[in-house]
Formats: sequence, structure tokens, C-alpha cells
Amino acid sequence: MSRLYLARNPRVAARSLDGEMMIMSGRDSTLFTLNKTATILWQSADGTTPLDQIVGQRICSEFEVEAAEALQDAETLARELASHEILQISEEPIPPSKATGASR
Amino acid sequence: MRGLLEEMTEKALKRNVPLSVQLDLTYRCNERCVHCYLDHNDHGEMTTAEIKHLLDEMAEAGVFILTLSGGEIFLRKDFFEILEYARRELTFCVKLKTNAILIRESEAARIRELGVESVQISIYSHRPEVHDAITLVPGSLHRSLDAVRFLKSQGLRVVLANVLMVQNAQDYRGVRELADELGVECTLDPTITPMMDGDRSILSLNVDQGALREVFRDQSLVGDVDEFCAIPAPADESLLGSLPCSAGHTSCYVSPYGEVFPCVQFPLPTGNVRQQHFLDIWRHSDQMNEVRAIRMKDLTTCTSCTHVSGCSRCPGLAFMEGNMRGPSSQDCEKSFAKTGVPSANMLAKKRVAANLVQIRALPAMSGATA
Repeated sequence: MSRLYLARNPRVAARSLDGEMMIMSGRDSTLFTLNKTATILWQSADGTTPLDQIVGQRICSEFEVEAAEALQDAETLARELASHEILQISEEPIPPSKATGASR
Repeated sequence: MRGLLEEMTEKALKRNVPLSVQLDLTYRCNERCVHCYLDHNDHGEMTTAEIKHLLDEMAEAGVFILTLSGGEIFLRKDFFEILEYARRELTFCVKLKTNAILIRESEAARIRELGVESVQISIYSHRPEVHDAITLVPGSLHRSLDAVRFLKSQGLRVVLANVLMVQNAQDYRGVRELADELGVECTLDPTITPMMDGDRSILSLNVDQGALREVFRDQSLVGDVDEFCAIPAPADESLLGSLPCSAGHTSCYVSPYGEVFPCVQFPLPTGNVRQQHFLDIWRHSDQMNEVRAIRMKDLTTCTSCTHVSGCSRCPGLAFMEGNMRGPSSQDCEKSFAKTGVPSANMLAKKRVAANLVQIRALPAMSGATA
């Protein structure tokens, strides 16, 4: 099974407001707020850490879920975020120049 | 259903977070608009390093929407360095305000690449002879409209900002048609504001009641004219307990010299980021907290006014008239133009004027002879 890599889309705007992540789409200025799992994916999307590692290290420990199920859910969520152009996903690591910096 | 931005603004208000900031990068400008409220001389703008440090502090404070304005922002040689830092490193939602004279294809492409949310461009008329007579720069309309096309071709969101004044009172429909042709948005602002130093001479450029009435009865601008121009419902307890404006509550303004004000139209000094942390000024400035404490019920004159629940009263304009809890006469004029009913402030002024010029008939002098 191929690994999936996530990177933040450099064209979105993002800020954490009292623990809730606000994201404004660079495509059409739609505003989103991310739930806890999506926020973890956003914060971990550095282009080099594969999704299974993010799930193992940050999601399973946070939510006490079985790894295979969590990975499947996380992949669905990542693809949804990618469809809104919030995240970029690739089967290869994504070079840092194409990803945005750390968000606060 | 409430919009998500409204929901987040409410959350920011509860947490005392400055969600939105306008930062003027310079007051220098390559136009000399006849109605401009700024002194265009450079009195010591913040350096690149100072601005980046301020942006760091703003991001830490929770600022999400950052409007970069001026003056003319593209006159700063480090503009793209600042923009890149704001977008790539700090992920602000960035809006730009500019006259766009210096935006060509390459600048438009760079703005697009950096993911700017929108670019607002000042356009005063569809006719070069009117626009250029306001900016005092020959060829400026042509250059600005070229820039609109460059930005639009990059897929960017562009907004034409049209300020209404005596010189262009008849041209707002032309500007709207132009915006439609270009496929961009358009805003209309019928208010000329005093200079930031308090000089009110440019207020003579404000359009008169007749022009205001025409604008407020233009269905293409206001939608349902009867509804827009109706006398507002009386104020209830909930309205009287509400905030007059977002200035100082979820938004503020920073000048090129680091001064922090509640709003670009509210020149009450609250601190300077060259001496204090941005968040300390935001949270602890006595002046900011004074602005924050004001509720609608605290407004002198306005609470007894027919228009209180529907007025566009600007606390900054009221401050510039001498009392941040007082009325803003320009908004009284607008309410009057909408409804035909004078505001409490207008009636009070009329009474004062009547007292000043009162002429009493002299008692008859019986038996007087010539």
C-alpha cells in the first residue's frame, strides 16, 4: 500500500482562535473551521511526514482508536480537505517550497 | 443561518482577540487625491524588521485578517518581502488597498502566487477627465484599469472602491457599469472624512443632500428602496446594550509609525508598537478600554434619536467632532437623506442656532414721534 503525504496549501490563510483552526480557502475565500482531527492533520501536514505516521503518533494516542480504522478515516478526511484545496496530498514527499510555513 | 465569519467574530469578541487589523505601510503616495485625509510626508516609517516583528506579534495575538494599505503600498521597496512574510510565514488572510498604478503583469502574478484574498482599487469615475482631476495624476485611470485587468487575468478578487464627492457625484453608475464589464466587484462610499490631524476643510467636498437622496433611492445599490429608506424601529433594550462598532473590539488600525488606533477613522492614540507589545496595547491601553466600555445606551443625543436603531453612526467621526459618545453629523445627514426625518442632533443644532439669532420685536413705543 502506498504512503500518503500531506502539505498545507500555501494559498490558504489560517489562524487558531481559542483552539479552533480557521481556514480561508485561497480558491474562493470560503471560510472553514476544522474539527480536532482535521486540525491535527493541518498542523502535521509538513510534506514529509507520511499520513500513517501522523495517525500513529498523533491521532491514535489522542482518540484511542484502532490504527487501521483511524488511517482509513484520516485518509477520507485528508482527501476531503484536498478537495477544498486546504491540503495538498501526494504519494511522494512534497517539497517545502510548495508548502506554507507554520501556522499559529 | 449565521455566517461562519460572524460566528468567529463573536468568539473573538468574547476572547478579546483582535481578529482584523488594518496596517498602513506608508503614508507616501504617487497620487494627490483632493479628498485624501493623510499627510504624505514620511515622518519615520517602520523599517522592514520592525514591521516583521509587529506581524509576529499580531499573529501571536490572533489577528487573522490583515489589510495592508496606505498611502500607496507599492511605494515601499520592501512591499513584496513584507507580503511574503505575512502570507508564507504567518498565514494571514491578506487584503490589499491600492491605487494599483504600479501593478503590471509581473506584480499581479506575484500577488496571485502569494495568495492574497482581495485587492481593493480606488476608482473615482469611468471618465479619465474626472478620475484624473481627483487624483491629480494624468493617465491614472488608464493605469489603474490596466492593473485591474492584470489582476483579474490572474483570477484574483478585485474590488473597485468608489468614494463619492462633489466632483464625481454623477459618475457612480458609470463606475458600476465599468465594474460589471471588468467582472469585478464595486463599493460606493458617500463619506469624505476629516484629515487625521483634525483639519475639516476637505469636508466641503462631501456631496449634498440631493445627491445622497438619489444614491439612497437607487434600487441597484440599496435593493428594496422602501425598506432601506424606512424610519427605523424604536430601539429596544437589546440594541441599547449593544456595541456601537467593531473598532477596538475585534479590530484596530496601525499607522506606518507604529501608532495603534481603534480604527483608521478613529484617531485616538492608544499606544505605539515601537514602545510596547501590540497585545499589551490591545488588552491594557486605557484609551482602548474606554472605547470598549461604550454601549449604545451611553451615547449622548443619539439614544433619544429616531434613527438610533438604523443609523450608520461612526464613533471615529464623532470623536473627530469632539465627543466619541456624541453624534457623527455626517451620519445624521445620511439618516436624514434616507428618511426625510431630521436626527436629534440636527434638531438640537437647529434649536441652538435659533437661540443665537433670535430676533424679538421691540416693544411698541407709544407716543413716539419721528
